[in-house]
Amino acid sequence: MIAIIDYKAGNVKSVERALRHLGVACRITNSPAKIISSEGVIFPGVGAAGKTMEVIRSLNLDSVIHEVVRQKIPFLGICLGSQIILKVSEEDDASCLNLIAGTVRRFPDMGIKIPHMGWNNISIEQRHPILSGIDREAQFYFVHSYYPEPQHREHIIATTHYGIPFASVIGRNNIVATQFHPEKSGRFGLHLLKNFTEWNGTC
Amino acid sequence: MLSKRIIVCLDVREGKTTKGIKFKGNVDIGDPVTMAREYYEQGVDELVFYDITASSDKRDIIIEVVREVARNIFIPFSVGGGIRTMEDMHRVLQAGAEKISVNTAAVLNPPLISEGARTFGNQCIVLGMDVKKTNKSPHIPSGYEVWINGGRKPMGIDALEWAKRGEGLGAGEICLNSIDADGTSDGYELSLTSMISGSVSIPVIASGGAGKPEHLRDVFIEGGADAALIASMVHYGQYSIDEIKSFLFEEGVPVRKVI
Repeated sequence: MIAIIDYKAGNVKSVERALRHLGVACRITNSPAKIISSEGVIFPGVGAAGKTMEVIRSLNLDSVIHEVVRQKIPFLGICLGSQIILKVSEEDDASCLNLIAGTVRRFPDMGIKIPHMGWNNISIEQRHPILSGIDREAQFYFVHSYYPEPQHREHIIATTHYGIPFASVIGRNNIVATQFHPEKSGRFGLHLLKNFTEWNGTC
Repeated sequence: MLSKRIIVCLDVREGKTTKGIKFKGNVDIGDPVTMAREYYEQGVDELVFYDITASSDKRDIIIEVVREVARNIFIPFSVGGGIRTMEDMHRVLQAGAEKISVNTAAVLNPPLISEGARTFGNQCIVLGMDVKKTNKSPHIPSGYEVWINGGRKPMGIDALEWAKRGEGLGAGEICLNSIDADGTSDGYELSLTSMISGSVSIPVIASGGAGKPEHLRDVFIEGGADAALIASMVHYGQYSIDEIKSFLFEEGVPVRKVI
C-alpha cells in the first residue's frame, strides 16, 4: 500500500489515478498511523512553499515525514514535494523540512519564460532504481518557477537545462524527488512511478 | 532543452467532439474520450477541451468527459468554455483537469483571474483570448481587438493591453486565438503571435489557422510561440502527431520525440 499524503492542496488525485492505472494499491491520507504503516509514501505538490509548510506543520505532517525517512520507508516527493524537502526556499522565505541540505531558488530573470512549463529532458548524473528502464531521450512534464539546489553533489540524481542547469531529480538514501510531474509525463512518467512502487528504498 | 508543445484542441458539444469553421456551423466528429486516448498514444504533448455546449442544463456532461479523460490519459489537459465562477473552476479541476481556460468571463470580470490564480495556483489559469484585426486607433493601439462570446462580440479592448493585464492578474499562460485565421487552415497569425509572445513573460499558445506542419514551424520560429494548438489537421487523419513532430524536428524546432 502506497500512501499519498493529503495536505488539503495540490493535485493528489492525479497521482492516485496514475497509480490505480498501474494497478498499485494506494490511499490518500494524512493519518500518521496510515502513512507510517505504508510501503511507500508520496508527497505530490503544487502551490506555494510558505503556505504548504504552514499546512504541513498544522497537520503535524513534518514529524510524520521525518519518521517515514527515519524508518527507511521509500519516500517520493513530486514538484513542490521536491522543494520542501530542502532546508529553505526563496519562495516566501519558507523554512522547509531539511531532509536534504540545500536551498530552493527562483529561476533568474534572463529572458526565459517563467514558469518553466512543458516537456524537457533529464540528464542522468547517477544511476538510481527509479530511473531504471527510462529511455535517454525521454522527456518529462515540468511546471515550476523555483527549483531545488542541493548543497551536495551526491544528492543530485539528474539535471535539466532551462536557461541554467538545475537538479530535476534529487535524493538521499530512501528519499527521492522529481521536480517534474511523473503522473503527467505519459509512458515514461508512469514507468518511473512503477519503479518507485517497486523500490525498497536502497540505492 | 524545453520542447515546443503540440496541443490538440477538441471542441466538445453535449459530449461529442465537433468542429466548426470561423465559429459558425459545427459537425460532430467523434467521442472526445476515445479521441483523447488516441492522441495521447500518438504522443501529443497536451490536450484542450473546449466546451461549446449551448444549453446550461447540459453543462454537466463536460465534467463526466473530464473525469473519463483523466482516468485514461497521463499528460496535462485543460478545459475551457462556460467557466464563469470559482465554483466552475473548482469542479473542472476536481474532475481531473490540469488547467482551466477563462475567456469571456475574464473579460467581463477580471478579478476571476486573480482569484483563480490565488486559490488554485497561477499554473492552473490559462487566459483564453479571441482576437481580431482592426484599424489602429487610440483605443486599440496594437490594431488587434479582444472579442468575447465565442468571437461574436467586439469589446473595444486592445489585445496587447489585455494580455499584459492578464499576466499581471496572475494568469499562468495565454491561449491566443486569431478569429481571422481560425478554421482557414492557411496558417497562424504570426504578427499577432509574435507581438503578444514578445510582450509577456508567460508562455503563449498560438491558436487558429493550422493546416499543415509548415504552419507550426512558422509560428514557433517566427511567431515565438511556446505551444501551438491544432485541430482539424489531425482530426480528419490528414496528419499524425508523429508526422508533424518529425517535420518540426527536421526543421530544427525542439519537440518531444515520440518514443
